[in-house]
Amino acid sequence: MTDTFLLDGVAVPFAPGQTVLQAALSAGRYIPHLCYHPEFRPHGSCKVCTVKANGRNATGCTLPAQAGLVVESETDELRALRQTLVQMLFAEGNHFCPSCEKSGNCVLQALGYDLGVMTAGFRHFFPDRPVDASHPDILLDANRCILCELCMRASREVDGKDLFAFSGRGLDKRLIVNAPSGRLADTNAELGDKAMEVCPVGAILKKRVGFAVPIGQRRYDKSPISEQALADAPRPNGLKGGGT
Amino acid sequence: MNAPAKPKLRVATASLAGCFGCHMSFLDIDERLFPLLDRVEFDRTPLTDIKHCGPCDIGLIEGGVCNAENVEVLREFRKQCRVLIALGACAVTGGLPAQRNHLDLGACLSEVYLTGQGMEHGLIPNDPELPLPLDKVHPIHEVVKVDYFIPGCPPSAEAIWTFLVQLLEGRAPALGHGLISYD
Repeated sequence: MTDTFLLDGVAVPFAPGQTVLQAALSAGRYIPHLCYHPEFRPHGSCKVCTVKANGRNATGCTLPAQAGLVVESETDELRALRQTLVQMLFAEGNHFCPSCEKSGNCVLQALGYDLGVMTAGFRHFFPDRPVDASHPDILLDANRCILCELCMRASREVDGKDLFAFSGRGLDKRLIVNAPSGRLADTNAELGDKAMEVCPVGAILKKRVGFAVPIGQRRYDKSPISEQALADAPRPNGLKGGGT
Repeated sequence: MNAPAKPKLRVATASLAGCFGCHMSFLDIDERLFPLLDRVEFDRTPLTDIKHCGPCDIGLIEGGVCNAENVEVLREFRKQCRVLIALGACAVTGGLPAQRNHLDLGACLSEVYLTGQGMEHGLIPNDPELPLPLDKVHPIHEVVKVDYFIPGCPPSAEAIWTFLVQLLEGRAPALGHGLISYD
């Protein structure tokens, strides 16, 4: 018999080693998430996937699934928490969607839509952040970076290049390029790198493809991220799910 | 004799630091303006050219706050409107005008009016009739309390219509997939 935990009152089966978020997605149950990527080790930094497990808040992407665990996700309290996290990310950076090439394909934006975020609410920081357009094929725009570390993880673990790192603490924390000049052009970054593909927002963009797919016909224009995440989730029997 | 008609709700609109795109999108509800006009009448708005806002039920604000006049108009709306709505990206986030926020205002004015190409005899406008620009451009919720937000650049006519109908019917407005848009 397969072990299960309870997610909002419904039994969810899991394989050994799976986290609550991985098991939920495989079982066709969506938990909102942002810095989690199925191809990388969970990181647990954005906190969007926070659930209540046996009465305590925990990030669903890092919490190992255990038999008999009682997990709450779709509650007003957690929904409000997730909305606030997304709002803070919008207020902290310069996320000007009307001029962003990533609009419609952006995970942060799609989460905002799906969670019903109508405003960032807080006082906007309008930080002064650099754009690095030095590389012939890749644009690096720190205004949109949400510090999810996916590009760092991809560059280190998949590309074996270690191109990115964080510098500073707290409000000064920022993504830097691992080159004496600090410019992407002075690294061995290439268009085909995994690191250039995983950015959930518009911080790393491939040049010269900006609006090849028009606004209105993009990934999250078609269906909300909650449906797409389930459609993309790995299923135990190898079948692709179509949402539930 | 017919029963007396229900009193119409009074609606006011204004464009602060905006491009009037949200007003254009509002007009894109097209023939639905007729049923809307059965339910509402307009107070201060560019559509009536009334210059000051009387007591209203709903105020729609397009654009962020970039100068002293914007602050004055916004405060008048807040005082007079029972429900105040931020309409569109600029009112909700500061939008395009707020893209100057990481720059120094004095440097911006200098470049445009003094040091830019062909500005050898330039002058920074200082007519007392001109409202003073603010140091930074603000979303309207940073200046007054805002009851509802409709994001979008501009919000689609469908989003504006859906939102207003729910509000007029006394329901809590909610926009689903395809109607919430930040661009």
